[in-house]
Amino acid sequence: MANLHAIKDLHLEQRMFGTRVIVAGVIVCLLLTLVLGRLVYLQIANYKYFTTQSQNNRVRLVAVPPPRGLIYDRNGVVLAENVPAYQLEITPEQIEDMSATLAGLSTVLTLTEIEIERFSLALRRKRPFERVPLRFNLSDEEVARFAVNRHRFPGVDINARLMRHYPLGGTAVHALGYVGRIDERDLQRVDADNYNGTSHIGKLGIEREYEALLHGEVGYQQEEVNAQGRTLAVLERQAPQPGRDLVLSLDAGLQRLAEQELTGYNGAAVAMDPRTGEVLALASMPTYDPNLFVNGISRKAYAELNTGRARPLFNRALKGQYPPGSTIKPLMALAGLEYQLTWASKQMYAGPYYMLPNDERRYRDWKKQGHGLIDMGDAITQSSDVYFYDLAYKLGIDRIHPFLAQFGLGSATGIDVPGESDGLLPSREWKRQVRRMPWFPGETLIVGIGQGYMLATPMQMAEFTSVLAMRGERMRPRLLMAVTDPASGEPTRLEPEALEPVSVRDERLWQQVIGPMEDVMHRRNGTAYWTAGHDAPYRIAGKTGTSQVFGLGADEEYEEENIAHHLRDHSLFVGFAPADDPRIAVAVIAENGGGGSRVAAPIARRLMDFYLLRDGGADQGAMADAR
Amino acid sequence: MRADDTRGQSALLQALHLDPPLLIGLFTLAAIGLVVLFSAGGENVELMVRQAVRLGLAFVVLLLFAQVSMPVLARWSPWIYAGGVVLLVAVLVMGEMGKGAQRWLDLGIIRFQPSEMMKLAVPMMVAWFFAERPLPPRWWEVLVAGVLVAVPMLLIARQPDLGTALLVGVAGVFVIYLAGIRWRLLLGLGAAALAALPVLWHFMHDYQRRRVLTFLNPESDPLGSGYHIIQSKIAIGSGGLYGKGWLNGTQSQLEFLPERSTDFIFAVYGEEFGFLGALTLLIVYLSLILRGLYIAVNAQDTYSRLLAGSLSLTFFVYLFVNTGMVTGLLPVVGVPLPLVSYGGTSMVTLMAAFGMLMSINSHRRLLSR
Repeated sequence: MANLHAIKDLHLEQRMFGTRVIVAGVIVCLLLTLVLGRLVYLQIANYKYFTTQSQNNRVRLVAVPPPRGLIYDRNGVVLAENVPAYQLEITPEQIEDMSATLAGLSTVLTLTEIEIERFSLALRRKRPFERVPLRFNLSDEEVARFAVNRHRFPGVDINARLMRHYPLGGTAVHALGYVGRIDERDLQRVDADNYNGTSHIGKLGIEREYEALLHGEVGYQQEEVNAQGRTLAVLERQAPQPGRDLVLSLDAGLQRLAEQELTGYNGAAVAMDPRTGEVLALASMPTYDPNLFVNGISRKAYAELNTGRARPLFNRALKGQYPPGSTIKPLMALAGLEYQLTWASKQMYAGPYYMLPNDERRYRDWKKQGHGLIDMGDAITQSSDVYFYDLAYKLGIDRIHPFLAQFGLGSATGIDVPGESDGLLPSREWKRQVRRMPWFPGETLIVGIGQGYMLATPMQMAEFTSVLAMRGERMRPRLLMAVTDPASGEPTRLEPEALEPVSVRDERLWQQVIGPMEDVMHRRNGTAYWTAGHDAPYRIAGKTGTSQVFGLGADEEYEEENIAHHLRDHSLFVGFAPADDPRIAVAVIAENGGGGSRVAAPIARRLMDFYLLRDGGADQGAMADAR
Repeated sequence: MRADDTRGQSALLQALHLDPPLLIGLFTLAAIGLVVLFSAGGENVELMVRQAVRLGLAFVVLLLFAQVSMPVLARWSPWIYAGGVVLLVAVLVMGEMGKGAQRWLDLGIIRFQPSEMMKLAVPMMVAWFFAERPLPPRWWEVLVAGVLVAVPMLLIARQPDLGTALLVGVAGVFVIYLAGIRWRLLLGLGAAALAALPVLWHFMHDYQRRRVLTFLNPESDPLGSGYHIIQSKIAIGSGGLYGKGWLNGTQSQLEFLPERSTDFIFAVYGEEFGFLGALTLLIVYLSLILRGLYIAVNAQDTYSRLLAGSLSLTFFVYLFVNTGMVTGLLPVVGVPLPLVSYGGTSMVTLMAAFGMLMSINSHRRLLSR
């Protein structure tokens, strides 16, 4: 410790200390200058950048989805509406442990596997900071139960949203369609920006066809949020423009009746106003509840709707392609008159079968013993096959095809519901291209009675019936009747759209075909006299049809009892009324219903009664309560 | 009358061993601190009152230390130091867990943080060690001083509390520097320290490593540890020249800024009072530091000189590490903004240090009279 007593040079020490302090002081000033420089860099040089960052932090642009337009029937009955529903939503950014949160929630709300699966799916597609719904349509009890436990679940909220609801359930589902949650494919067919905040989109039917009208324009609001993403205030708001309300030409009462009448059958019924093309009923049976689809249907439930013979999802009215059978005969008769191959009173002997020259094959009539000596009227009234084999043979496929095409057969009618089928109106050309085979004369005979290759949708049958009813005037069938004006809120009625009319050489020819169709209903030997026409207080023009599902051998006989139900004939009927001033045209098909006179014709009659006799027989057509 | 009053007041200050320039600076800082805290704490009056009470208590500590003359303090230094090291060991052995690190010693009535005490004890000890020796020190004396610094520093780093360990080490190193360690030796040691960084890295805890990595590239982890720095830079940058105004800082009011009452309070201040406000604050700090260094230069014995210089420079390190961290110049190290950040422990230590500075200054005058 000798050093302790070494001499301390106090002056030297002080001078040195002074130097050290000055050096330190200089360094202090330099470092503080560095901090100041940094502040200049942040606060002055990059002020704009950080201001933007700070704005982005605090202001969130939130899309406000427009309320979807409502859908009414022609009398103001609501077919599609929006109802407030509580849904449980999760903001994933605020969840630390998603599986723990879900497990915790399922103790409070008993989540199903489907819900969790659907949620995980939605999770992958979501935009940043978007809330993802977990459970839709919570009951009051569930809302209460969650509210009590809310503190346990940060980032989980209950929000009231408008949910699409179809108050009539399955009624007219095949016309209306439904909305469902938007997926990637949907986003490709719409302006994605306009769908910010929209969760559902029209998937089928009217909901899809008029998506652009129903949806409206998205609105935006600027929200001030804190770091937890909670909204503190709305800074600015641009209101969304609500979707337009639609008034359909459907008559909900008629529609419901059609579905009721067809209950028990797979089938379809289409009713339209031949004067305007307004579709009054578009029924396909069985139906299904579109409300199941709004928030996503489980795979199992979907499979049930889409398998088996009934296949409720299948839109029979627009996509079901059936042999039109005898319902085509009035058109064939008209073709014969037009091409002057016969005249109304010309008689021919119609035996039990028809044979082509140099052909052994017998083309049988449905009536075992034949109809005997009959003219055109009898042939229609009693639905002789042999008469029309003969007429078809004389016409030839090259005349039949273009003539029937004028009535809309073989091509979609253009109704405003997506996904309509074309049906099939065969021709020599078609057979060569598709079947790679020449046309055989025998095939022409079969076409003459609406069988063979020939297929038509119930919609097409209603359409050609309308053309007959209007004596050649042809309207495009349409469901949309009026659209509300966003400004006034008043519905604006759409003009009917006329298509290329069918013209014949002499206007009187129409009546020569329609007269016998009236006889079908009102004369004792008419095929639908006893089942549908005899007690009608107005004149109906109609035609029954029976289309074969089961190909019979040339000499076999059809015996209903021996044939499995699903192979039985389809029962068809087309008709319009009142015959001289048509206001309604109807096509009905009941699959495997047997003869047309027995099942389809009475249904059509009841539809006509409902529509024509209600309220003293005048169609209001009004949109009295459309608002 | 007025002149008499002033003379009377300064006589009172003199009697209490208080230094008016330091006092003005401290009060200014405390006032600014309370104002910013009111905003940062979400206009929580209770929080502000608690801080004010704490400031009052710390001021009492300042008053006490101002009364202790340097010879007395010097005599106590080895005992305080030795006691502190024992307590640090005690903390490590039986300290209770707090925030994932052991820092507190529960003495029944109060919870005591020995590492905080070492911020003063280490420079006191090293100054005492050099006080009676001829300076500049010889190499082995530097070595001994280095051990005196390193032992508590390592003990604190083990807790682990990197921020405090750093400040304790820095306080000791400043004494060695001021004692006149040869520049060449200083540079050599500095270089050695740089070379030792990888070794230090090896001993770091994961969260400490993460902080360094995040500092090097904050955007790499915008939602994790980088979040602090990014939000802090946004807060300060968006303050601009004049600031958004008191209580109007969106970053802090909307809770985007984490730790806004404590370590990141400078960001709140920068956002609401802008560059001009920050400049003012830094000038107040600088004047305190310069006043401290002035006192050191004019101190009359080696112990006082070394201690005063070290305390002043350590105070600067607080300021620099905190503002450097908040502005993104330095990694995130838990160092509060002295006398402004909410929190008690470091405030007491700082005020005690200023008490010592005042004592050095006033006792010198008494002696010279």
